[in-house]
Amino acid sequence: MNAPFPVRGAPLSDVQARPLIAFADISKVYPSRDRAAEVVALANVNLEVPEGAIVGVIGRSGAGKSTLIRMVNGLERPSSGRVVIDGTDVTALDERGLREARRSIGMIFQHFNLLSSRTAFENIALPLEIAGLGKAEITRRVEPLLAMVGLSDKRDRYPAELSGGQKQRIGIARALATKPKVLLSDEATSALDPETTDQILALLKTINAELKLTILFITHEMMVVKKLADRVAVLEGGRIVEQGTTYEIFAHPRHETTRRFIGAITGSQVPEWLAAKLRPRRQPGDSAVLRVGFIGGDADQPVLSRLSRNLGIDVNILHGQVETIAGRPFGSLFISVPAEPDDLQRIMTQLAAGQSMVEQLGYVA
Amino acid sequence: MSPEMFQLIASSTLDTLIMVGLSGLLGTLFGLPLGIFLATSRANELFAAPAANRILGLIVNATRSTPFIILVVAIVPLTRLIVGTSIGTRAAVVPLTIAAIPFIARVVEAAIREVDQGLVEAARAFGASPLQIVRKVLLPEALPALTLALTLTLVSLLGYSAMVGAVGGGGLGDLGIRYGYQRFMPEVMAAVVIVLIVLVQGVQTLGEVIARRLDKRSRKS
Repeated sequence: MNAPFPVRGAPLSDVQARPLIAFADISKVYPSRDRAAEVVALANVNLEVPEGAIVGVIGRSGAGKSTLIRMVNGLERPSSGRVVIDGTDVTALDERGLREARRSIGMIFQHFNLLSSRTAFENIALPLEIAGLGKAEITRRVEPLLAMVGLSDKRDRYPAELSGGQKQRIGIARALATKPKVLLSDEATSALDPETTDQILALLKTINAELKLTILFITHEMMVVKKLADRVAVLEGGRIVEQGTTYEIFAHPRHETTRRFIGAITGSQVPEWLAAKLRPRRQPGDSAVLRVGFIGGDADQPVLSRLSRNLGIDVNILHGQVETIAGRPFGSLFISVPAEPDDLQRIMTQLAAGQSMVEQLGYVA
Repeated sequence: MSPEMFQLIASSTLDTLIMVGLSGLLGTLFGLPLGIFLATSRANELFAAPAANRILGLIVNATRSTPFIILVVAIVPLTRLIVGTSIGTRAAVVPLTIAAIPFIARVVEAAIREVDQGLVEAARAFGASPLQIVRKVLLPEALPALTLALTLTLVSLLGYSAMVGAVGGGGLGDLGIRYGYQRFMPEVMAAVVIVLIVLVQGVQTLGEVIARRLDKRSRKS
């Protein structure tokens, strides 16, 4: 690994690798008088967020992801380990130092957490008032933020007069008011409908690209990871069970939890109607059922027609889906092919020769 | 009723308003900070001081569970010390204030605790100090509830102020007892009751209107 924090102005390729946030061996234990009742929220978590990247942490409720993200701005303190942001060990800061550090870390929330007594403008102004800026300076900063999130016309509206998506836009503008280096997103789209979710995710992507803002988010939805993250870590029972680029994780999920998260959205799970018909042993006249995963360049290759032509067999598509993940195609197909052992052997060999992943699931009549 | 009687009712009403207004003001002056502290000083809260919280809570409860009429008599020495006499309208302000402080503290505490903790967390995440959180988040967000709390306090004080009449305080209660009851003038008693009803209605309605105006939570465009 490189030196942890190269100086600013390093070449772009280096900047990409430079972790802006680094969790080093973080544990969090909620003590109890009864030692058996101790709750281990996080255990030996190591995670790095490269500068300019969008990193997602996915986990079910209770996996410890809220605790983890709150350690970045010191809302939670670890029992052991360090959180280093841009060279500063935030776990070593006192309250005053922490307050200072928090001004360079924006945060958005699942339930938006806007003040009901303040208009959109005044809500965005809050962090600036807290930082002690003057009225003129505040106006100068808030107006462009309102424009950036497309809500200049809602300037003097109260949160009760805004839709969920508009509230989250105000939340985002508020989080960006102090020009932070990092944006933390705590389930920011979990309370929104799918369409609004997409709009908010698109806005976050734009902000990441245009402001070079590093984003760390937590979610329980793989769809959000798929649409937003460059890298992802899967949290289960307070431990990171798997991490990597979003594409790697989707293409080669190793942990059972990851597979379940992914299966729910990519169609790599066996559809119910097929599962009901599958049988483990071959009966005369049966076809074999294969799951073929296409990744990378392979997904746009005519894999199946080539297979059919080369081997002179019929390939029947039962179920399938092709998606884009991190800008690359990713597909999953369920096919039935002749089940004669010889044929099957050749089919498997040819499919495995490409980048496809093949798995035999069973037989159908 | 004679013109003198009207005169008497008018001046008694003024006395009552002064007593209630003054004790409400002084009670808020002490009760508001106390209530804020009670609402923010349990373990892991903004000004975490669980021991102080518990002790102050006990004192507040003790004061609130003392019947008002007993409180008035019990603090006569204190009243003398502060205003030089234990009889009359000015003297009545002391026990009324003493009773108002814990009352206000508790209603303020309840109003502040109603504020969504998510807002406190957001403010902390933006680097707000505990005092900034009180000033910029808790008080503005609790303002409609605080207005209703103050309204409740004023209505209760109107009731209490009628009681100090029994121990020589001035005001409508005193008038009602001396003329309406002791001299058996039912029309005075009726007038006193009507004035009190009007005052309570007025305070309550005004409080609700102001609270609604301050509340931006259910406003629709």
